[in-house]
Amino acid sequence: MLRPTLMAAALAVAMPALSANARADENLDALRAELKQMKESYETRIQALETRLQAAEIQANQAAHTADKAVQAADQAEIQAQRASAQAAPVEGTAPASRLSQFNPEISLILQGQYANLDGNIENRNITGFLSPGDFEASSGFSIAESELVLSASVDPYFRGYLNAALDPDGGVGVEEAWAETTALGHGFTVKAGRFLSALGYQNTQHPHAWDFATNNLMYDAAFGGAYTQNGAQVKWVAPTDLYMEFGAEFGNGDSFPSTTSTGLGDYTLFSHFGGDFDVSNSWTAGLSYLYGKAHDRESGMADLNDVWADTYFNGNSTNWIANFVWKWAPQGNPTERYFKFAAEYFWRDERGNLLCADNTAAGGVCNGTDSAYSSSQSGGYLQGVYQFMPHWRVGYRYDRLNDGDYNFGANDPYLPVYDYAPTANTVMVDYSPSEFSRLRLQYTQNKSMIDISENQFFVQYIMSLGAHGAHKY
Amino acid sequence: MKSIRLVLTLLAALPALAHAALNVFACEPEWGALARELGGDSVKVYTATTAMQDPHRIEARPSLIAQMRRANLVVCTGAELEIGWLPLLQRESGNADIQPGRPGNFEAARYVALLDRPTLIDRSQGDVHASGNPHIQTDPRNIARVGEALAKRLAEIDPGNAALYQARWKDFSARWDAAITRWQAQGAPLKGMPVVVQHKSFTYLINWLGMREVATLEPKPGIEPSVGYLAEVAAHLKSTPAKAVLRATYQNPRASEWLAERVDIPAVALPFTVGGTPGTDDLFGLFDVTLADLLKVAR
Repeated sequence: MLRPTLMAAALAVAMPALSANARADENLDALRAELKQMKESYETRIQALETRLQAAEIQANQAAHTADKAVQAADQAEIQAQRASAQAAPVEGTAPASRLSQFNPEISLILQGQYANLDGNIENRNITGFLSPGDFEASSGFSIAESELVLSASVDPYFRGYLNAALDPDGGVGVEEAWAETTALGHGFTVKAGRFLSALGYQNTQHPHAWDFATNNLMYDAAFGGAYTQNGAQVKWVAPTDLYMEFGAEFGNGDSFPSTTSTGLGDYTLFSHFGGDFDVSNSWTAGLSYLYGKAHDRESGMADLNDVWADTYFNGNSTNWIANFVWKWAPQGNPTERYFKFAAEYFWRDERGNLLCADNTAAGGVCNGTDSAYSSSQSGGYLQGVYQFMPHWRVGYRYDRLNDGDYNFGANDPYLPVYDYAPTANTVMVDYSPSEFSRLRLQYTQNKSMIDISENQFFVQYIMSLGAHGAHKY
Repeated sequence: MKSIRLVLTLLAALPALAHAALNVFACEPEWGALARELGGDSVKVYTATTAMQDPHRIEARPSLIAQMRRANLVVCTGAELEIGWLPLLQRESGNADIQPGRPGNFEAARYVALLDRPTLIDRSQGDVHASGNPHIQTDPRNIARVGEALAKRLAEIDPGNAALYQARWKDFSARWDAAITRWQAQGAPLKGMPVVVQHKSFTYLINWLGMREVATLEPKPGIEPSVGYLAEVAAHLKSTPAKAVLRATYQNPRASEWLAERVDIPAVALPFTVGGTPGTDDLFGLFDVTLADLLKVAR
């Protein structure tokens, strides 16, 4: 949704306005053909996988049958001998390894959908005072989110591969993540390369289905337009200590907000995570991360002083600090019945460079294409608590607050508004999970991310996980 | 590049050289206790979970990743019991030695023939384990099978102490065999005793002692019973009476106690693993207490 779905195909299908001339139509046709090809190729692969799955099942059933016989034989042998097992029929190796690892690769599919009730009169949704990282358009009614198809497996004894493909409801496939990482370096080192969610902060590596709320927090929306994705490489190291300490660095093209670089290395991140147990019932993690990005013609927009939409383009540097803290409680460390989870993150951002306000005089605006110095120093964060008060049932509350800090439009000052406004949101939710694979959620948000608007938002959401049992991150 | 890696490797290896004892990461208390029996002072055992926790549902906490990072040997049940958390610990640890397929990764269930293999593998059947019931530690003969394999594995990973592990295994095995003979004699009155279980936690125990499982409170594995389903079980027990309702200490007593009151039989919280109830500080205590608890209700 808000995350950068880089597939040109999806964009082209979603924005028919772009296909005004014949040249665009040609491109569209080519893209459609490519899409069709991709679809066919996926279908063939899925069929092949299904065939292998069936074969594996037959084999496993046979193995199960053999093993059941072995159990009977072993038991009889033991009854006869009336002795302990050390002398019983040897069964070593008769039980197969985890079935899941026989399915190579592990496959899981996430289905998500919601019904939303929003204020239909709000146009040009953004966050007041912040250069908006993307399209926040939202509408009432039923909608399905991207369905996530996740494939992962060990490549060989040295590497593991992972793909998270988002199937867009309007057609098209976006690659959310596609990476390979080392498993054999040892000594605490792991190297990862490809497209991946950056390890900065806490929530960044979580896909939307793992969020505790139906909507993203304001901080991640304002800071990264959803989440910070790297096209690059990551190296991290876990220290050999009782206290969990992880340090890492990432280098990438920087093509995810707030960096947008056209060529070469565009960003780097440094991250650290710490964690441990206070006692058997309480555990924690905390971290500090740094992101430096270069922006090149980074597109945003806002209503100008005439209240007419103006497109803006930023060129410059963006430096960001992110701090996170999480505390979890479960009686005796057993979260089956009850648990509480507290999470808080905060970010600070400084941006220096030039901002161009595109000429919108034709539409009645006041921007005239001036490219002028721009600087900002802003911050924001959220804190949230989720409590499972009985099996299957959870309630949660989140408080979002951004601090618009100082921002200066330079020579564009006569055209663009400077507010003194702190965007906030209050969110409550209750969710019910019949099993660990399904979840139904009801949410209310009072959203004050835009000045002079207090919007009441209601959501009913479902999340279904099919296939391989994915392990959940802390 | 090569020299950088060499330096990093050396740096990272320094703390590992500092302590000599083999670091064993045990997923469940029974394997921690077994590793202690076989390793003695040559191993430093970290047990990741307690008897009060559900081994299916453990948070992949940072403290567990930190321990996994330093482990030379990981001893877990396998058979998908720890699938919701163990793979994540392995991946996040950056420890190559304990990855699946490596000698440092020991799966107990591989050395035991598993019961309860599902014929239909579909999530509509609940939280099914495709390779079979993973709660193998409730049969002491399984402990012996795993112990023999674990002693070999310890010797393979730490060849310097191979003789010690073998000697300790011989000693443990003799004591264990004697204990099994004793438990089987004690348990003779339990043969044929009908019991109800809350979750399929005691399949191996019931199989070993020749008891009969006449009902399960969970309609499907991992799915909590509704009041309606419990009433059905209660009705079923009118025609097929049982002596007790068994559950593990970490499980919520509500369903067991509701049924126990309904049909007037005792609800018993068995230790399930080492540390589950007082007196179960080691593997011998685990079965002493389990047998005593069961014999109380057999009368």
